[in-house]
Amino acid sequence: MSKISGLFARRGYNIDSLTVGETEDPHISRMTIVVKDDESIVEQINKQLNKLIDVIKIIELSEQRSVFRELALIKISLNQSNRSVITETVNIFRGNIIDVDNKSIIVEVTGSNDKITAFIELVKPYGIKEMVRTGLTALERGNSK
Amino acid sequence: MRAAEGIIKCLQEEGVEVVFGYPGGAVLPIYESLRQSGIRHVLTRHEQAAGHSASGYARATGKTGVCIVTSGPGATNLITAIANSYMDSTPIVAITGQVRSGLIGKDVFQEADIIGSTASFTKHSYLIKDAEEIPRIIKEAFHIASTGRPGPVLIDIPVDIQSKEIAFKYPEEINIRGYKPNINGHKLQIKKAVEAIKNSKKPLICLGGGVISAKAEREADELIEKGGIPVVHTLMGKGSIKDKSPYYLGLIGSHGNYHCNRALANADVLILIGTRVGDRAIRDQSLFSHGATIIHIDIDPAEIGKNLSSMIPVVGDAKNILDQMAKDMESLDTQAWIREINSWKRERNNDSKHSIGVEPKAVLDILSRKVDMNAVLTADVGQNQIWAAHNFIIDGERKFFTSGGLGTMGYAIPSAIGAKIGMPDRQIIAVMGDGSFQMSFSELGTLIQENLKILFLMFNNRRLGMVRELQTNAHWDTFGIELSHNPDFIKIFEAYGLQGTRVESNDEFKNALDKALTSDKSFIIECIIDPNLSTL
Repeated sequence: MSKISGLFARRGYNIDSLTVGETEDPHISRMTIVVKDDESIVEQINKQLNKLIDVIKIIELSEQRSVFRELALIKISLNQSNRSVITETVNIFRGNIIDVDNKSIIVEVTGSNDKITAFIELVKPYGIKEMVRTGLTALERGNSK
Repeated sequence: MRAAEGIIKCLQEEGVEVVFGYPGGAVLPIYESLRQSGIRHVLTRHEQAAGHSASGYARATGKTGVCIVTSGPGATNLITAIANSYMDSTPIVAITGQVRSGLIGKDVFQEADIIGSTASFTKHSYLIKDAEEIPRIIKEAFHIASTGRPGPVLIDIPVDIQSKEIAFKYPEEINIRGYKPNINGHKLQIKKAVEAIKNSKKPLICLGGGVISAKAEREADELIEKGGIPVVHTLMGKGSIKDKSPYYLGLIGSHGNYHCNRALANADVLILIGTRVGDRAIRDQSLFSHGATIIHIDIDPAEIGKNLSSMIPVVGDAKNILDQMAKDMESLDTQAWIREINSWKRERNNDSKHSIGVEPKAVLDILSRKVDMNAVLTADVGQNQIWAAHNFIIDGERKFFTSGGLGTMGYAIPSAIGAKIGMPDRQIIAVMGDGSFQMSFSELGTLIQENLKILFLMFNNRRLGMVRELQTNAHWDTFGIELSHNPDFIKIFEAYGLQGTRVESNDEFKNALDKALTSDKSFIIECIIDPNLSTL
């Protein structure tokens, strides 16, 4: 993990997000890294990552053939007047309310990066007290592997 | 078996005959086992020198160099040598002691995160947490260091792990999931490359250090001879081709020959072999906007397209790729092209500036004519390095080592020591300036302790000549470069029980060289040179 984020930092590549977690094989962890750059830079990133001995395989995920998910936890200011409209918005976005007190509400939203951004934009006017996003994680569809 | 004993046994399994080292608290169990083994231990006078000597040894022998140092400052002193061998793709295995595993992260005495500190310039590194893993890790380390694109591998071993009891079994096979270097070049790509060369009118081959690492000098020569293709080389590629080859042109780069750089810019097919086309080799990439077909042969796929986009990449080991290419090559008509390149030759501009002292070019010419056909020359960093690179004639089995990528001053002496230990029968010449000498002359102690004979050639201009030149070229006043309080270097040699001569003319140099070559001990020839000389 530090080797990979270090590689991005020292070679000056920009990371949009990086997530890491266990896989079906407990000896292997899988990282999903989002980068926005020219094709030639992405190719260099690919090659440089491949040089790391700990890196087993790199897959470039295409938007069409993969599913992407991101999760966000958002703590929104709550008062008598906005309570029901926030609940409604959460329902429309198929989010979950996971905690609530009389001054704030914590909402969980899962989906594409765009969907989460849209949700954030909608609830922003009510006052976002705190927010955390996981970054993108993804898998290729069906048996494309 | 004690883990420390296991570590030494692993080194023996890997055929290690000599380790360069500097002991300390965190490697004492290893040293106790080392003492009882038949492996030769060379105590250097600084940890950095242990790393550079391992590098010089590796380059001389083609084997993996090994160095062992203690934790904390021992390990951090080694950092420059590790970075140096990473940049120059030299195979070394560096073993560092670490504080007790339970204390890691507590900032205890002589603790340093050496794995983290060196992460960006080791090929791979290991912190051993389980003593039972020692045999596997050491075997992997030697495999990784020496195969594919060679490089440094660091093994950090906590001192308590070294004293654990283990069941020793050296693994027979290696299986690293994330490491399968591509050795064989793609057949179709090789064919495409050969076709492109056959169809070219102005082909040019550029040899890099990778040709030497791959031991592909003979194959490269076959391709050159068979095709009649003119050839240039990078600084790291010096030694891969003999100067007397009719197709040999010279050195490229920011300190290269004008006609060689111009040849690069005018070739219609450029064949890059084992070179990463670094910024010092090809400063102006716009040279390549003229549409030449670029064939790039390298074992490291990440080098292809990193600095220069190539049209025909061939990933693999230069030795077998060049062998295949040479087989299919046919003789090309390149006489007119070679004449054109040679017409671009320019005289060096030093002759006008030379007013006092000896002339470096002449000195290296004289040296080249006198030393053995299998002599090894190590050059330090600075003007001395470029003078040596241009004027030390490669012939026979001669070799040339220098710190090319990192440009580490102080490399010449410890790498010469490593080279001499690796090749005791060869004449070794270390070339340096008065600045670089003072970075590592403490290694004279190592030299005497190991009873080695090395010829030292020092160019003394009482300053940091290359920096002076950079300042002058930038139209700045010179600053911070004068070494006006230099000691009497001959007396330093005498203090170590060695001899030397200071010379102020080319004729004096000739006499001094005769004396040096017949001396039974290491000898320094200190050449006083004009401080206004430029590199080219």
